[in-house]
Amino acid sequence: MISKDYTITSMEGIHARPATKLVRLAKEYRSNISLKKGDRLVKLNSMLNILTMGAREGDTITIIVEGDDELAAYAAIDQFLTEELKNH
Amino acid sequence: MIEGVGASPGIAIGRAFVWKRATYERTGESLRGESDVEHEIGKFRSAVNRAIDDVESLIREAQGSLTVTESDLLEMQVEMLADPQLHSDVVTQISERRQPAADAVWEVSERVMHALAQLDSEYLHARTADVRACAEHIVRHIQGEPWEALRDLPAGSVLVADDISPLEALTLDLKQIAGIITRFGGSTSHAAILARARNIPAVVACGESLTVIGQGEAIIADGASGQVWRNPSAKIREEFKRKKLALDEAQLSLRSLTSQTARTVDGRALHLMANITGIEDMKDALQYGAEGAGLFRTELLFMSRNSFPSEDEQFDCYKQVVLNANGHPVTVRTLDIGGDKPLSYFNLPREENPYLGFRAIRISLDRVDLFQEQLRAVLRASAFGTLRLMFPMIGSMHELRKAKAILDEAKNQLRSRGIAFNDDLAIGTMIETPSAAVIADLLAKEVNFFSIGTNDLCQYTLAVDRGNEKVKALYDPFHPAVLRLIAHTIEQAVKHNIDVSMCGEMAGDLRATPLLVGMGLRSLSMTASGIPHVKRAILHGSFVRAQEITAAVMRMDDAGQIKEYLNHEVLNWRA
Repeated sequence: MISKDYTITSMEGIHARPATKLVRLAKEYRSNISLKKGDRLVKLNSMLNILTMGAREGDTITIIVEGDDELAAYAAIDQFLTEELKNH
Repeated sequence: MIEGVGASPGIAIGRAFVWKRATYERTGESLRGESDVEHEIGKFRSAVNRAIDDVESLIREAQGSLTVTESDLLEMQVEMLADPQLHSDVVTQISERRQPAADAVWEVSERVMHALAQLDSEYLHARTADVRACAEHIVRHIQGEPWEALRDLPAGSVLVADDISPLEALTLDLKQIAGIITRFGGSTSHAAILARARNIPAVVACGESLTVIGQGEAIIADGASGQVWRNPSAKIREEFKRKKLALDEAQLSLRSLTSQTARTVDGRALHLMANITGIEDMKDALQYGAEGAGLFRTELLFMSRNSFPSEDEQFDCYKQVVLNANGHPVTVRTLDIGGDKPLSYFNLPREENPYLGFRAIRISLDRVDLFQEQLRAVLRASAFGTLRLMFPMIGSMHELRKAKAILDEAKNQLRSRGIAFNDDLAIGTMIETPSAAVIADLLAKEVNFFSIGTNDLCQYTLAVDRGNEKVKALYDPFHPAVLRLIAHTIEQAVKHNIDVSMCGEMAGDLRATPLLVGMGLRSLSMTASGIPHVKRAILHGSFVRAQEITAAVMRMDDAGQIKEYLNHEVLNWRA
């Protein structure tokens, strides 16, 4: 299992475009990929989950990856999120 | 007749296509056996697949014509439809709560919408509309209704709807639509913006009266007045057909004029230019066929802020304007504040008589530091296109010479800084005080051009404040005194072989067009949207006839008589 914390830097939280990309990325791997904010834990393969989590600027979210391709999945998601957060 | 809000001008004549949202009411039924459950789950799955197909083929077909935001929204819509969480929640609802598929989809999406509405974010609140659109889309397929209904409108339909969502708007075949009328919305709703962008007449916010319109009913909608007629009488139909024809023709012929030169039937060509206040204005003006800017009022750059703009800021602005002019000339007028145009951060003393007080060039000549800053910025921008420099409110040779001396100083400063500028920059003066008009022969020897500002010239000549209700009727640019000053100014300019143009309101007044052409003006500058109208008048007019009209007007002694004569002559101003 791999997990890492990220801080949301966009004022409006996670936008439609990055959310769509994140969901599509998560679906490419067999691993179980989850998103945690506070005590709420949801699967990352769902657009509705990401939106209703309501992450906003300054919030910390945790990505948890678990499965036989977790290294590859983690690397891809980490790269995407790091790039995405840098752009805000 | 139904009264709504006119949101996009034009007249729509057609048959109502009533578009009803799937305002789904839950049946509240309970499924009986396992086979029902299986059947409903199957219905849900295939509805989702069909919905995804719809959106994906829409993306494929619209490839290239979608904006980034539109395609982001559509891609997100696909992910929402395919959402595993939605899927498992709906299946649970069907199998455990024994709900029919459509009820289940509605219940699950309402939960999501409720959750989004609780969040403290405008952006996420707005996503409830996307979730609703997604649910409606699936439910339509579950009920076996085609979602593409909006794409298959009969030609010439007037679309009647509660409102139109961004997704629905994208599916509209706009070529088929004569007009749009909606029950809700305002002039900034998505439907209104779309209609204006695509030139489709639209009336919004018609309210409950819209619900009585039947499918296929004959409809006339006036997108300007916001009026809608159901089953109009033959008389109203005729009236609006005529109106629509006239509007269509006017639009078509005005638009076809943009690339034409304004030339009278006997070959006299005029330059029609725009009065602008900034960068965007210049771009818009070209769309109306403006051959540059005859008056660039620099006040806006100063008024829309809290301190004086620096030389560099001004330079950036002037440079952008001249680059946007596509090679056409731009006449920059130096700062014209004071009078009725105060600056919040510049403390001007209160005056008994501001129009006769400290304003325009009088301020510039007093605050040489500010004046030079502006002149350097204009000079620097002159290296990037055809700029001309113009001083406002000049009333004496002394003022003109002083302004030119300061300009020479500004040039020297730039030279010593090694900065490029156009040394032959044309210098002109506004003719907007009676004193300037009277000494036009003297001024003409020391400038490259005149620009007649009729608004101030008229108020100063007639000693009338047109903001004063009691006397504003006395304000009349067709007063023989004003006309004589204008004629004298043009005559002197022609005699001294310098350019002369007019940039006041009179330049766009169609009654004045033959008179101004007849007086010998070769260049008129006005509000950009007025250009096609003046151009059309000139294209039909004759220079010889214009000179005859002018001669007749100059013999008359009364403004009322002159206007009456011109009103009549304008219609017959042909060779």
